Amino acid sequence: MSEHILSIIWLTPLIGMFAVMCLPKENKRLIRYVANGFAVLGMLVTIPLIRGFETANADFQFVERIDWIPTIGAQYYLGVDGFGYIMILLTVVIGWLSIWCGWESIQKRVKEYYAFFLFLQAGMLGVFMVLDVFLFYVFWEIMLVPMYFIIGIWGGERRLYAAIKFFLYTLTGSVLMLLSLLTVYFKHIEQFGAASFALEDLMRVAAFSSADLQFWLFWGFFIALAIKVPMFPFHTWLPDAHTEAPTAGSVILAGILLKMGLYGLVRFAMPLFPAGATAEFTVQAIVVLSIVGIVYGALVSLMQKDWKRLVAYSSVSHLGFCTLGLIALNPNGIAGGMLQGVNHGLSTSLLFLAVGIVYDRRHTRAIADYGGLANRMPVYTVLFAVAMFASAGMPGLNGFIGEFTILRGAFEVNIWWAACAALGIVLGAAYLLWLFQRVMLGPITNPRNEDIKDMNLREILVMAPLVAGCFWIGLYPKPCFEILKAPTAKLVERLDPGYFSRNGLENPLDKYAQSKVATLVKE
Amino acid sequence: MDAILFSAADFHVLKPVILLCLFGCGILITDAFLIRNRADRWKNAIPALAAQVAVAASLVQHLGDVRSGGAFSGLNGSMQVDGFAVFFNWLFVLAASLAIVISARYMGAEGEHRGEFYALLLFAQAGMSVMAAGYDLVVLFIGLETMALSFYVLVGFLRDTRRSNEAALKYLILGAFSSGLLAYGFSILYGISGSTNLGEIAKAVAARSEGDLALFLALITCSVGLLFKIAAAPFHMWAPDVYEGAPTPVTAYVSVASKAASFALMLRIFLTAFESAAEAWMPLLGAIALVTMTIGNFAAVTQTNVKRMLAYSSIAHAGYILLGLVAGNETGLRGVAVYLLAYVFMNYGAFALVAALRREGEAAEDIDDFNGLYHRAPGYTILLAIFMLSLTGIPPLAGFYGKYFIFLAILREGYYLVAVFAAIYVAVSAFYYFRLIRACWLLEEGEQQKPAQLDMNFGTRAALVACALLTLLIGIYPQPFIDLAGESVLAALR
Repeated sequence: MSEHILSIIWLTPLIGMFAVMCLPKENKRLIRYVANGFAVLGMLVTIPLIRGFETANADFQFVERIDWIPTIGAQYYLGVDGFGYIMILLTVVIGWLSIWCGWESIQKRVKEYYAFFLFLQAGMLGVFMVLDVFLFYVFWEIMLVPMYFIIGIWGGERRLYAAIKFFLYTLTGSVLMLLSLLTVYFKHIEQFGAASFALEDLMRVAAFSSADLQFWLFWGFFIALAIKVPMFPFHTWLPDAHTEAPTAGSVILAGILLKMGLYGLVRFAMPLFPAGATAEFTVQAIVVLSIVGIVYGALVSLMQKDWKRLVAYSSVSHLGFCTLGLIALNPNGIAGGMLQGVNHGLSTSLLFLAVGIVYDRRHTRAIADYGGLANRMPVYTVLFAVAMFASAGMPGLNGFIGEFTILRGAFEVNIWWAACAALGIVLGAAYLLWLFQRVMLGPITNPRNEDIKDMNLREILVMAPLVAGCFWIGLYPKPCFEILKAPTAKLVERLDPGYFSRNGLENPLDKYAQSKVATLVKE
Repeated sequence: MDAILFSAADFHVLKPVILLCLFGCGILITDAFLIRNRADRWKNAIPALAAQVAVAASLVQHLGDVRSGGAFSGLNGSMQVDGFAVFFNWLFVLAASLAIVISARYMGAEGEHRGEFYALLLFAQAGMSVMAAGYDLVVLFIGLETMALSFYVLVGFLRDTRRSNEAALKYLILGAFSSGLLAYGFSILYGISGSTNLGEIAKAVAARSEGDLALFLALITCSVGLLFKIAAAPFHMWAPDVYEGAPTPVTAYVSVASKAASFALMLRIFLTAFESAAEAWMPLLGAIALVTMTIGNFAAVTQTNVKRMLAYSSIAHAGYILLGLVAGNETGLRGVAVYLLAYVFMNYGAFALVAALRREGEAAEDIDDFNGLYHRAPGYTILLAIFMLSLTGIPPLAGFYGKYFIFLAILREGYYLVAVFAAIYVAVSAFYYFRLIRACWLLEEGEQQKPAQLDMNFGTRAALVACALLTLLIGIYPQPFIDLAGESVLAALR
């Protein structure tokens, strides 16, 4: 059982999808129960993963490997390390909450809605556990399809435009990525005479290919990932998609889909093309784009009149921090970048859920239509404040830990990077606090908000786990850093061999290797 | 010469062609004498399908012989049965069976249901079969013309529809023109080598010096003639009109089978006769492929009629397939074969749905006619989404693997820029394929007129489900299909 745990995890939502498709479409209640049941089940099946996962282990765990298309060397090859593990946990939790949060707001075509959501969930989980580059591409692409429908059918007024824009943008990036991975694949055949798409096989190609080639291949990959993240200037699909998607769709987009870009960088792009990732131009370009993204995203957020669009643009700013951390190429930067990805998943999901709650009541997203909500919705105001402070990087909440670690990583490389990025934190606080002031505080300006109802129990319960997560990472981030430590060290050593010994740091990989030897000796 | 004019071995080689012709003639007779009632015309489909079964049986025999004893030839070396020929014949059997199955209801509804229709489908297939197995210029040309003549009639089969008549006339004139060019090229080839056998021609061509004018002329005229047939730009203009005007099952048949047959002919000629001149034609065909993809994809974006849109999309697909030939390596040719195989199912699926869509008895062929179809036929719109995604090349569906091999092949040859363009056009194509998905799933039907409905009989349903299942199956478990395609390609390379 536990040797197939990864397959079980991604297949559970897929089975759920087929189950939902078999139900009669008139019985909306039953459909909701079944879909939510599978979402909860999807979380429960990760328990063996959580119990069995060894944080100190730097290798891939729970590996499953079967031939799929032997002629071209594609395999069904799954496995997780710290990066994948933390993302899978984030996905099952956010996936569950996003399925739950549509309980009342989705009334039309309920059956398809849940079918697409469960399909999406399966695809996302697949991305975070594949170690075969071909299969990775399959999951990466297939996941776009349900998202297209979710935005296009249940979205806001400009949903048609937003849906196809999202799809075309991401598809353009992915086909370039396909070319990159096909090139590295046939270089592998040329070098070793065997067809394979397995990540560790393709990683061996780097030693035999020129820095120039690696540079181009890295960028082929990177553009796809930068569109997904999204980095400035590839971000223009994001405000439309996030704003027009239904609440649950925005939550998934912000919470998980964007993290795929980060994950793709640390799992595939950087290890496959180390010379490309560490090339001076690459580093400079990504740093500049990240900082521009941080500042630009924040400034544009300040200008927004639409509440949801403001949150959407804030993602551009926050994800700029993540990419800045990753490209610092040191342990603090990379661990911070990935952790900030998780943090952003928690806090921005909360913000989108919060917008969704008032939107369900008033069907408007304009900030000017609200004001003084604190008078009528005290619980809501408190939860929103937590989300806001988490997002703004207030100490004691998760955002602070992530941003601080990233800034430390950036500072180690170049003080100016950190200084510019810190400006983003100030601006972040500005647009969030101003938003809070305009919608929550003061007297009720719009008479139609007089009888607005506070959150009901379900809405509170949906937000509660995320709020708890924000506090947990904010107050006790050690477990997360422990999880990220081994894969981060491995990545740093891959990009910059000898980093730890050069800087007089202890390499967590050595410790693990020693313990491995010790157990062997004991046996 | 004491050679026997027609030996048992020759019969064995020609068996599929003979069977098709016999069944075709049989249908003409039974239709005239046994089927009295208009409503019984669909029964003509039964012998037509029986012909497919018979051909399939002889193909199984052929495949067995090829596997055990290698390629064999007949009729004094003018026909050659190898993996290549067998593979393409399989494609024709699939395409013809699907065309027969989806025709019955459509032709009935259009009031033009006649026995000749099925006979002509079989005659066209006989021509294609000769094209795939021919190893001699004259034989190849006869095959090509048999196919083309049958198609001219089939395209104009809706006698009372002006668009259909116009399409037939256009097809006839341009088709005859391109056949003329091709015949001209063949005659130069004969002049160069003094033989019509492809093997002999290949030797003669190889002996020619580089930059030889006669060879150049032969190459140009043959290329233009063949490019017309596969509807590659700038010789594609006939395709949208013909595809739009023809009865929809015929459109599907033309776009899949006639294209596959023309590609078979093209591969045979370029990989045998012109093999030694590869350096001359590769850049030429590469440029044509790029132009074809550009025109096909961008023109498809603006179409409002589904059949025209699919016509332009099929032009774009021809560009991709052509790239496989341009790369010229084993991967590329495998890609051509996989691409064509996948194309049969996804394209037939799409056309079968278009053929079935009617509004108050009239064929409904605009993209707008699909609006809100989801509410009326949810199951079939799921199938439509599968076909469209596969045509776009989203994994894991059949269409992806064709693109996969072709991209890999051109990257291998180092044509990076071509690969980037070809890849970005995938996103362009997604735009127009998704217009159909959007119409079905995201839009609501207009209120001013009665919504269009799917009008299907059992055969159409079965064909649709089979196409969708195979599109999925090839996508999820492509191993046997890739191997089958690879086997046929190796035969062409040897």
